[in-house]
Amino acid sequence: MKFDVVIIGGGLAGLTCGIRLQGMGVKCAVVSAGQSALHFSSGSFDLLNKLPDGSDVVNPLKSAEKLDAVHPYGKIGGSLEFYAAEAKKQLIESGVVVSGDASANTYRITPMGTLKPTWLTMEDFLSLPDRDSLPGRKILIVNVAGFLDFNTKFIADSFEKRGAECRMIAVSIPETERLRVNPTEMRAPNIARTFENKDTLNALLSKIGTESDGFDCVVLPAVFGLSDSVSVKMLSDRLDCKVCLVPTMPPSVPGIRSQMSLRRAFERLGGVFMLGDTVVKADFGDNKVVRIYTENHGDYGIEAGSYVLATGSYFSKGLVARPDSVAEPVFGCDVDCSANRADWYDVSFFKPQDYMRFGVVTDGGFHAVKDGKAVCNLYTIGSVLGGFNALQQGCGAGVSMITALYVADNIIKG
Amino acid sequence: MNMQQVNISENNFEQCIKCTVCTVYCPVVPVNPDYPGPKQAGPDGERLRLKRGEFFDESLKYCLNCKRCEVACPSGVKIGDIIQLARIKYSKKKPKVRDMMLANTDFVGSMATKFAPLVNASLSLKPVKLVMDGVMKIDAHRTFPKYSSQTFESWYKKNVKELQALYKNQISFFHGCYVNYNYPQLGKDFVKVMNAIGYGVNLLDSEKCCGVALVSNGLINQARRQAEFNIKNIRKSVLSDGRPVVGVSSTCVFTMRDEYPHLLGVENADVRDSINLATRFIYRLIEGGVKLQFRNGIKLKIAYHTPCHMEKLGWAFYSTSLLRMIPGVELQVLDSQCCGIAGTYGFKKENYPVSQGIGASLFQQIEESGADFVVTDCETCKWQIEMSTSKKVKHPISVLADSIDVEATKKLNGVIL
Repeated sequence: MKFDVVIIGGGLAGLTCGIRLQGMGVKCAVVSAGQSALHFSSGSFDLLNKLPDGSDVVNPLKSAEKLDAVHPYGKIGGSLEFYAAEAKKQLIESGVVVSGDASANTYRITPMGTLKPTWLTMEDFLSLPDRDSLPGRKILIVNVAGFLDFNTKFIADSFEKRGAECRMIAVSIPETERLRVNPTEMRAPNIARTFENKDTLNALLSKIGTESDGFDCVVLPAVFGLSDSVSVKMLSDRLDCKVCLVPTMPPSVPGIRSQMSLRRAFERLGGVFMLGDTVVKADFGDNKVVRIYTENHGDYGIEAGSYVLATGSYFSKGLVARPDSVAEPVFGCDVDCSANRADWYDVSFFKPQDYMRFGVVTDGGFHAVKDGKAVCNLYTIGSVLGGFNALQQGCGAGVSMITALYVADNIIKG
Repeated sequence: MNMQQVNISENNFEQCIKCTVCTVYCPVVPVNPDYPGPKQAGPDGERLRLKRGEFFDESLKYCLNCKRCEVACPSGVKIGDIIQLARIKYSKKKPKVRDMMLANTDFVGSMATKFAPLVNASLSLKPVKLVMDGVMKIDAHRTFPKYSSQTFESWYKKNVKELQALYKNQISFFHGCYVNYNYPQLGKDFVKVMNAIGYGVNLLDSEKCCGVALVSNGLINQARRQAEFNIKNIRKSVLSDGRPVVGVSSTCVFTMRDEYPHLLGVENADVRDSINLATRFIYRLIEGGVKLQFRNGIKLKIAYHTPCHMEKLGWAFYSTSLLRMIPGVELQVLDSQCCGIAGTYGFKKENYPVSQGIGASLFQQIEESGADFVVTDCETCKWQIEMSTSKKVKHPISVLADSIDVEATKKLNGVIL
């Protein structure tokens, strides 16, 4: 099979890159080993929340100037502002409607009810202006009875600590009671699927009914809007006060919707998405990748002019930890990793962990380095890259989208 | 005792990190709360079953074996295989007469074709359906696929067998039960297309049902014997005669490539790459320079349905790419989701509502598509869609056969007999 570009990895980075390329008429295939880490999304996308020294970031664009050349943002340098704006634009055009500004972080509500800085937030969710904000003063927290992935008490405690008055209720309707028969499967997406039906959603709304009288905000778990935002809009229209969805434990409804929207946008443009396939072997020649072989396509190789490695971090097996090293399993690229395993982690769980910084070594143009040499048609984007700690710095989504767009433009320029 | 050696599953359930992504894509979970879901039935349950087999839960029979959990799993866990192997290893339920009848597609097929007009007529009679519903627990809503009075094999031997040796290239055709007993026309279409591009079509020395229905109905020993028989004949074709094997049913091909080694322990590594689906085989030839000449004036709106086993094979790309090559075809690829029939599963009375519930949104998408007909690579998906929507369903090879100009295609490829 022949394509212009083959992207390995179908998550946020791979799809962002594919949409950009395919939109410019470059024929792309995405090979994705299973579903991506977007299934854990909070409904927000972070650009930069903390610097490596631990200091808080208010203006991500300005703070990013302080990052060194090992950090992906350091490699992008002055173009960061342009690509941040492009990333937001492309998300919206792909059906993931977000708001936010790269020069001023806002605050999203976590599943624990605490606030964390963020860049872009999906339309279903509230983003608050500062760390001490509350979604309301008198808050009704509503759960679906039997749903265990939404901790109303934690949320109430967190809001009350900041001065709100909260009441918690659990409501049930026959459709959600039916899901309780099988508690292990009573997950956010399965509940959301039942609420795609208008009658079911109406039944829930009439159960909430007058309970919300006197409250200025109703907090609900993010179990609405699996395929579009219609049911979330219906909630807002029907309840008299402000509606605030709070992310649940995974799988994430907004994350699945983002994944589906991005995949559809890519396929609409003519891209080929191969889900559930794994690259098993690559042929190299003349410092280039010549072709790849996958599990599903067997002896029928896939050839392309350029290859993009977007396989993610440890969760997606883009990086694999072995007893004495961290490896990149698809092409065997060089990984920046401390030689001494004891240096990989800090025994204090909440401190930044060094293994989070490990990743594929690239040159300034994101060409992957293998055996000390940059491979001229192999690019690396997203979480598989080294040089940043996405958890500590809150920059995972930003690195994924911005490196994806930057590399796509470089491929187009040739 | 080294516990690490004892406590390791034949599959890789240890790789599960409990992310629950599989449960999102399971078609059964949303419609049947009695099914524990792929994570619980698969890797979680395996942990317990390895300790004590009595933790096995008969509700695992609700698994369709669609493998959509495996396609979704970010950790590469063979969830569907774990569930099916657990059923094979621990289930105490004996297959019923009905299950044996549904599972033995080639035995029943060879009997039915002898009396095809009688069988077809009686199977469509209301009283017969009600008796089957009441006594056999085969749902009365179901319509059995018609049996042909002449099998594909006998048509082939009488009409085209001798001509095949004249072609420069040779393949072996695994026709499967459906082409042989129910729908020889698809086999005829396949011969037409392959001959047009210069390939002679042979049969294997002998073939038996791939065994997919035997596996899902718990008749494992018979399935294994048939797998060994088929692989022996495939080996002869590929390794001795130099003829790759090509099939038209995505499920037969998937079963022979993946279920044989994973579920039945029948090794096929030496020939696996030579077990092809027709659309893949032809797509690859076209990339290598083979050309198709299409007739003028084709104007069709087609909706393609991706069968579960096609999704697992990862090969829908080949079928949709071939269809897109036909000038005048407007192709809509439907959302990839299970149609609900899962072979013999949907024929069973106890599964009928679940089966229809699973397919409901697909049927709606098909009705709204405005397509002239639906195209798919799986025969049981075809039955289900034809039983549940107003549209007819065709195989991509039949669409190709109807669209090409045979003589012009032969000329383009320099096929001289």
